[in-house]
Amino acid sequence: MKQLLTLTGAITALMSSKAAIAEYGLNMTKGVSTISGDIYSLHMMVFWVCLAIGVVVFGAMFYSIINHRKSKGVKAAHFHESTTVEFIWTGIPILILVAMAIPASKVLIDAEVLDKADMTVKVTGHQWKWQYDYPEEGIGFMSNLAQSSRDATKLDDKPENYLLEVDKRLVLPVDTKVRFLITSNDVIHSWWVPAFAVKQDANPGFINDAWAEITEEGTYRGQCAELCGKDHGYMPIVVDVISKDAFATWVTEQQADKAAAAASATKTWYEDELFANGETIYNANCSGCHQKDGSGIPGVFPAMKGSNITNGPAADHLNIVINGKGGMPSFKMLGDADLASVITYERRAFGNNGSVVQPSDVTSAR
Amino acid sequence: MSTISAVAAHDDHHGPEKGLLRWVKTTNHKDIGTLYLWFAFSMLLLGGAFAMGIRAELLHPGLQLMEPQFFNQLTTMHGLIMVFGAIMPAFVGLANWLIPMMIGAPDMALPRLNNWSFWILPFAGAILLSTFFMEGGAPAFGWTFYAPLSTSFAPDSTDFFIFAIHLLGFSSIMGAINIIATVLNMRAPEMRLMDMPLFVWTWLVTAFLLIGAMPVLAGAVTMMLTDRNFGTAFFDATGGGDPVLFQHIFWFFGHPEVYIMILPAFGVISHILPTFARKPLFGYSSMVYATASIAFLSYIVWAHHMFLTGMPVAAELYFMYATMLIAVPTGVKVFNWVATIWKGSMTFETPMLWALSFVMLFTIGGFSGLMLGIVPADIQYHDTYFVVAHFHYVLVTGALWGIIAAVFYWLPKWTGRMYNETLGKVHFWWAVISVNVVFFPQHFLGLAGMPRRIPDYSLQFADFNYISSIGAFAFGLSFVLFTYIVVDCIRNGKPADSRPWYSAKGLEWTLSSPAPYHSFNTPPSRADILAESQHS
Amino acid sequence: MSNQNYYIPHGTYWPIIGSIGISTMFVGFANLIHDVSWGAPVMGLGLTILVFMLFGWLGTVVNESISGIYNKQVDRTFRWGMSWFIFSEVMFFAAFFGALFYARILSVPWLDGAGNNMFTPELWEGFKATWPLVNTPGAIGQSGTAFSTGFELVNPWGLPAINTALLLSSGVTITYAHHALRKDHRNALIAWMIATIVLGVLFLGFQITEYGHAYHEGLKLTSGIYGSTFYLLTGFHGFHVTVGAIMLTVILYRIQKGHFNSENHFAFEGVAWYWHFVDVVWLGLFVFVYWL
Ligand code: HEA
Ligand code: HEA
Ligand code: HEC
Ligand code: CUA
Ligand SMILES: [Cu+2]
Repeated sequence: MKQLLTLTGAITALMSSKAAIAEYGLNMTKGVSTISGDIYSLHMMVFWVCLAIGVVVFGAMFYSIINHRKSKGVKAAHFHESTTVEFIWTGIPILILVAMAIPASKVLIDAEVLDKADMTVKVTGHQWKWQYDYPEEGIGFMSNLAQSSRDATKLDDKPENYLLEVDKRLVLPVDTKVRFLITSNDVIHSWWVPAFAVKQDANPGFINDAWAEITEEGTYRGQCAELCGKDHGYMPIVVDVISKDAFATWVTEQQADKAAAAASATKTWYEDELFANGETIYNANCSGCHQKDGSGIPGVFPAMKGSNITNGPAADHLNIVINGKGGMPSFKMLGDADLASVITYERRAFGNNGSVVQPSDVTSAR
Repeated sequence: MSTISAVAAHDDHHGPEKGLLRWVKTTNHKDIGTLYLWFAFSMLLLGGAFAMGIRAELLHPGLQLMEPQFFNQLTTMHGLIMVFGAIMPAFVGLANWLIPMMIGAPDMALPRLNNWSFWILPFAGAILLSTFFMEGGAPAFGWTFYAPLSTSFAPDSTDFFIFAIHLLGFSSIMGAINIIATVLNMRAPEMRLMDMPLFVWTWLVTAFLLIGAMPVLAGAVTMMLTDRNFGTAFFDATGGGDPVLFQHIFWFFGHPEVYIMILPAFGVISHILPTFARKPLFGYSSMVYATASIAFLSYIVWAHHMFLTGMPVAAELYFMYATMLIAVPTGVKVFNWVATIWKGSMTFETPMLWALSFVMLFTIGGFSGLMLGIVPADIQYHDTYFVVAHFHYVLVTGALWGIIAAVFYWLPKWTGRMYNETLGKVHFWWAVISVNVVFFPQHFLGLAGMPRRIPDYSLQFADFNYISSIGAFAFGLSFVLFTYIVVDCIRNGKPADSRPWYSAKGLEWTLSSPAPYHSFNTPPSRADILAESQHS
Repeated sequence: MSNQNYYIPHGTYWPIIGSIGISTMFVGFANLIHDVSWGAPVMGLGLTILVFMLFGWLGTVVNESISGIYNKQVDRTFRWGMSWFIFSEVMFFAAFFGALFYARILSVPWLDGAGNNMFTPELWEGFKATWPLVNTPGAIGQSGTAFSTGFELVNPWGLPAINTALLLSSGVTITYAHHALRKDHRNALIAWMIATIVLGVLFLGFQITEYGHAYHEGLKLTSGIYGSTFYLLTGFHGFHVTVGAIMLTVILYRIQKGHFNSENHFAFEGVAWYWHFVDVVWLGLFVFVYWL
């Protein structure tokens, strides 16, 4: 028991020392949004109250354990009932709880209610990646775990930000009220960036909303926070928060890229172009389930290698990838060129010998 | 009226049958209690072995031992086996052994049903474990099996899992009915409700929770079954349903379930503390009322597990307030325990050590529970290791601690022999230190942002995970010693008195050690009952 | 006479047989679902074992009961046991009623943007929340939904109303039967029992006819949440009526065998309670599934 006390004591000491917090990440982040600081303070307030109650209760226990023992020749008292004290120790906790509930309700209402947003981002969870759309700006993209992390799961040498890096980051302007519309394409995910104090479940078929006004530029990282299947641990979130001007420039660039991609979808591609592009897309989007070598996971995810679909008529293949089926998500959000590439890759890699699919085939299959 | 008196029926006062079939056929509450306890213990080892697998994978960042899918299977099975295979059966085993002895009855009210409640379990367990060997592997969607991950996106083995849950549900419901009938109808005629020992009270309340909650779980898995196989749309928005509906139904069961796992432990502690403090339990009647209040509240707080599902604010506020309220009756219990030892004359035999550390460590778990109940803060805590730390403090150092304390306390009554006190103390200190090394750092991991249910983590979490894993191996090893102590007690222990603990109260101590096969052939008298009651 | 003692039975094999039966049945069922050829026969085998166990076990209890070794206290145990068993059944139905209310009051309106879901309709263009939900969100403007759509509603004042009348009167007839039993009026007892069973069987017959109509009008298990709640609630209820009717028949048989007297007839009462429970559930169904 004494050891326990020392352990708890040492840990409390650690928690109250600022340096230790920074170094080991012992405590909740204060965050960078207008709400996150309030939540941090609330958390600390509740923590200190619990600690204080703990000190009183455990103090009484230890006092009793040390002093009221038979080996000290103490004779046991015989009291065993008192309505007065029962009332006291029912009443005092109620008062403490009311005192906690008031600020908690206030912060909750602030965190949940947003009258008017300056901009909107739609976040869609997929097994196991995030899709970001900026409906007002007309742009959107997928954000996958970075290949460097994916490759390093079994290596001793881990890259910087292992598991917390993506191939394309969400970009947001600073000092702007952003509304996140959060939904899912398959199972439940949860979009969480601790620094924004935003965590919201992404439910398929429903749209939840959350909001944040971020007050500092920088890069912020988070992870999916609801078990969503095999690679739940591998769907990070990375957000670059930049100045409003830089954001405007970024949006223009994205819009230009999108126009270029649309143009390339009308031309006819060479097979090796399709294959090379397809490999990247396959590894980012499909290998999580069907595996890098196309072998799948028996009973859960079918193999691409030697499958009747990848070796059969292109129409069936297009259909399942565009529309999905059961556990196979729909990939209609990918561009025509990318879809053509990945399908071609599946039909030509792993020793398959299906036909080549062109972007125009995808356009007509949609 | 003599017709009401509870006297063993047999004219032939036989003991147990011989051979293995005795255990298959038995209708004796002690035999069945023993079966439950050994079953629970083997499941604890198995679930614990899965936990060792989890902690071994999390020892270092990166994937070392297993693929993510298998990791999820381990997490899921660990949770399910511990909850349904270890903790719940262990408490039913204790109830079987103790309740008839504590209320002066010859046996349980429905002995044959009692046998069936037990003998469903091994079959359900076998079906559940067989899923590991099926194509696609065992369920990997967490012990909470949220739809649609468990419906449209789960392997075929899920249907076997569903039926295993149905069987576990039957077993629990039948067991609970039996306990209610026993407590209400088999008490010695002279024993009033407010004379009952607290273990009996807490189990009576627990049985009500079981009967209210388990059928709802059966409903949930039935809807899962039809959604998966017969085209219904309960949890599918395209058909007008809602995945969140699943969570409401699950937690309507799930929250009472966690109190099912703690209330009997509260009862155990309320027996041990007075014995070793040599002082009556403080506030007997308020303990009874607090137990009942906790049970009532447990039915109206379920959505505190769902604060981030997108509930309306008003609902969040309501569930926050209701959740916070539970701290009040639980606090009453804690304060009464402290008042019980206050000015006592304490000695620190092994059961007392477990009971005292229960009070402290459970309270720590309760505090983190209260923090989780504060909705805005739960935005940051939810689905992180902070939650994992919370529930292991209440489940391991709460429920499991209560069970281990009970085993040491009543082992002399069960076996007629004393365990080795020195080893008992060594084991206690080993376990209590290592268990804190496992679970305390998980608070920090959670606050620093480590999500739960992940097989691999980013580098800033490496240190605390390492400490936690080392602690877990040490804690796991402590069970080897525990097994030794129990087996050694059964084989070589010194004979125990009928009342091995100084000043222990309760009718069970008026029986010989080991207790006779049929507990009370003649019901105890009013005088005996009063002399052994907890509030005098 | 050992009537003073609480009867503690000797060891028994029935429970383990029951466990083998029920797990065989479930394993068979799970395999049947996955189109494994031996699924159905194994399930049948399990069910047979289970039924065999029920007859054997309950038969033992009946024999013990008529041999007079049970006392008042045992009788009370059975009463407590049956009441709490029925309560557990109530909670099972509560889960499905809960799902029904949730869908009607919350999820369907939410899909149309009610409450804090003002953004959700973006996913379901053209969807209008109605109850009964005839056109599911997936069936409107979306391709490839698994849910069929467009069905005719069952008119509550047709067969369902008749069924309500049937079940309610069966509740009355069984009460008359009880009175007759208490007064040892054997012939009246048998007549009222037969009436109850006939009413129950009529109910089942109409229920099957009604299923036929509903199915014909396009209301299926796969019709979305309305079909799901409709068929699971009425289906489980119908299953309980079937079980109740079988139990009533067994009781009738036992009455003819002279197992009961005006004092001692818990088995009769237990089944009567069960029958009333089934009745009350139907009232809930009639009001919330068919009528409102
Ligand atoms: C034995 C099991 C057990 C017990 C007893 C409890 C007790 C409590 N639990 Fe816990 N809980 C779990 C098992 C348990 N829990 C499990 C398994 C999960 C996770 C499930 C999953 O997702 O897998 C969980 C998750 C969980 C959550 C969801 C977290 C999340 O996922 O985001 C919440 C939120 O409110 C919560 C709250 C509480 C509260 C308020 C109590 C209260 O009962 C605690 C009351 C006790 C005290 C407060 C201490 C003593 C009191 C005093 C000394 C008096 C004075 C105190 C004050 C005035 C503060 N629990
Ligand atoms: C009900 C009780 C219960 C108990 C007793 C335990 C006991 C333990 N649990 Fe528990 N755990 C849960 C219930 C419980 N757990 C639940 C409900 C979940 C959530 C699941 C989910 O997310 O769905 C969970 C999840 C969970 C996680 C999170 C997994 C994740 O999110 O991915 C972790 C990680 O550390 C963990 C660890 C442990 C450890 C180390 C023990 C130890 O206390 C175990 C100690 C016991 C033994 C070790 C066995 C005995 C010893 C031997 C067999 C000898 C051999 C020993 C060695 C090999 C060293 N558990
Ligand atoms: C979340 C997991 C997942 C991801 C990611 C995924 N798939 Fe699939 N895929 C599945 C599942 C599950 C099936 C089986 C569907 C069924 O038959 O019910 C499947 C089936 C297929 C099939 C049919 C194979 C057959 O033999 O039946 C093709 C082709 C396919 N996927 C292509 C792709 C492509 C291309 C991508 C990436 C752009 C991809 N998949 C990404 C899960 C996934
Ligand atoms: Cu997505 Cu977890
Ligand atoms: Cu809870």
